[in-house]
Amino acid sequence: MAAQLTQFLLTGLTVGAIYALVALGFAIIYNASHVINFAQGEFVMVGGMVTVSLIHAGLPLLAAIALAVLAAAAVGMALEHFAIEPARGASPVTLIIITIGASILLRGLATLVWDKKLHNVPSFSGEAPIQIGGATILPQSLWVVGISLLIMFLLGRFFGRTLIGKAILATSYNPMAAQLCGINVRFMLFLSFGLSAALGAVAGILIAPITLTSWDVGVMLGLKGFAAAILGGLGSGVGAVLGGLILGIAESLGAGYISSAYKDAIAFVIILAVLFFMPNGLFGKHGLDRV
Amino acid sequence: MKWMTPRRGGLALLLVLVLALPLVLVNNYWYEVAIQIGLNAVVCVGLNLLIGYAGQISLGHAGFFGLGAYGSAILSSHYGLPAALAIVLTNVGVALLALLVGRPILRLKGNYLAMATLGMGVIISIAIVTEDKLTGGPDGMSVVPLALFGQPLTGELLWYWLVAFTLVAAVALALNLIDSPIGRALRALNGSEVGASVCGIDATRAKVGIFVISAVFASFAGSLMAHYSGFITPGKASFFHSIELVAMVVFGGMSSTFGAVIGAAALTLLPQLLTVLKEYEMVVFGAVMMLTMIFFPRGFLPSLMLLLARIRK
Repeated sequence: MAAQLTQFLLTGLTVGAIYALVALGFAIIYNASHVINFAQGEFVMVGGMVTVSLIHAGLPLLAAIALAVLAAAAVGMALEHFAIEPARGASPVTLIIITIGASILLRGLATLVWDKKLHNVPSFSGEAPIQIGGATILPQSLWVVGISLLIMFLLGRFFGRTLIGKAILATSYNPMAAQLCGINVRFMLFLSFGLSAALGAVAGILIAPITLTSWDVGVMLGLKGFAAAILGGLGSGVGAVLGGLILGIAESLGAGYISSAYKDAIAFVIILAVLFFMPNGLFGKHGLDRV
Repeated sequence: MKWMTPRRGGLALLLVLVLALPLVLVNNYWYEVAIQIGLNAVVCVGLNLLIGYAGQISLGHAGFFGLGAYGSAILSSHYGLPAALAIVLTNVGVALLALLVGRPILRLKGNYLAMATLGMGVIISIAIVTEDKLTGGPDGMSVVPLALFGQPLTGELLWYWLVAFTLVAAVALALNLIDSPIGRALRALNGSEVGASVCGIDATRAKVGIFVISAVFASFAGSLMAHYSGFITPGKASFFHSIELVAMVVFGGMSSTFGAVIGAAALTLLPQLLTVLKEYEMVVFGAVMMLTMIFFPRGFLPSLMLLLARIRK
């Protein structure tokens, strides 16, 4: 029993770390531009698929990963520059439709550049399962959790200690005031999209050795990442991480103890249940209407 | 009192269009496309009441469409109910469900509302795929045809008139609703919810009411679709279809009933025209969606009206 529970918790933690990274991507873009970027899942796909191609081209794993993350960041910045920036000031629904159009476009491009098959990225360090308290865990899961923790730590330092990080935060609090302080607000938006896309790509590369990757892998991951971001309270970095972990663990427990057929529905049942009682998510600020 | 208001003029134009369309529909294929447009337009007219007038987004309306389709399909095909009765029961059921979930969901605002409606839609869609004993799972299920007085309703022309009548009725209903006290209450809500409440408008009640109406529009169109095509697949209940529906409303122009019809027509026709592009279909569809929204953020009809007004000056 205990071993089984440990197993579910470990699996949940791995998946949850991935959801957390995707959710952080949502939060960063939302903070910077108040856009819900429904193409976030496609960054995950781009990261995984580019890595697959570069490894096939003969590059070492590390180089392939670095280039794939850069490629995804470039896609994110292109999205901001060519689609979001020209439509600034449009209504939120219009912006949502634009990002959804972008996600369809990117998925279409992926089927052209690659194909509709599943692809594998080799594990970072072997496939031999590790025993922990009666449960087994893949070495790749340790990589997922470890790198996610490292990224969260680095992000914290970036937003708390560096000038650029603080400038992005300032932009999200009050663009007008930030502009007046000499911050290049447009450039900060541009950077946020790049950063968020890079995070998504890292998530896609980390999980690919476990779940494989394909042209449409971003759809569900994107939706669940959005659910995690909302669960934690949209725009809160800590909330996004906790939201991701909670969803991942709940999903794994639910699939194990309740119904594996409804595994993908569990995240959405939880988010509905939470929103019914806490309309601003678990850690979101209570909104006040200004009349 | 002028009898030719823009509203009546628009309705008359729609009526003429619907009556004249069979003249140019050269074969069954185009009838099929026209019927699809009509059904999508019914959903969009309802969805537009919610998004365009009440200002409440829904990213889960395909769920209601799917419930309408599968509900009447299961009741009529598995339980042997007459199709017409199955449709009525299903739509009453969907109305009750919308009433039940509408209250807690519509308390939410903006992106949280988007998430909740999206979640509801995804749950319905997963349930349809998973309960394969009832629904046939991912492969879909066949549906018995609609029958009236023992006579099965089949044939493209008959269905064309049935759908055309439904669409005109839906548009007339929506136009009436918009100019009724409820419609004005909704527009006030869209402007400022607090302001509207101060004026004595029961915000939750108005929002839930319009949510139920738009859900029933969607589920009724779903029921008709199921009995018309004789075969349904879970794709029609998917998140992607929800997005397509919202895209139709936004494309045609939010808070314009006729815009919703135009949007439904445009985005139903587009994939038909794009099939010649084969593997480029998705790329072009995505690009068209992005470009229209970037260059006409208000949607097609309002942008056109603005242009006409500028020319007249």
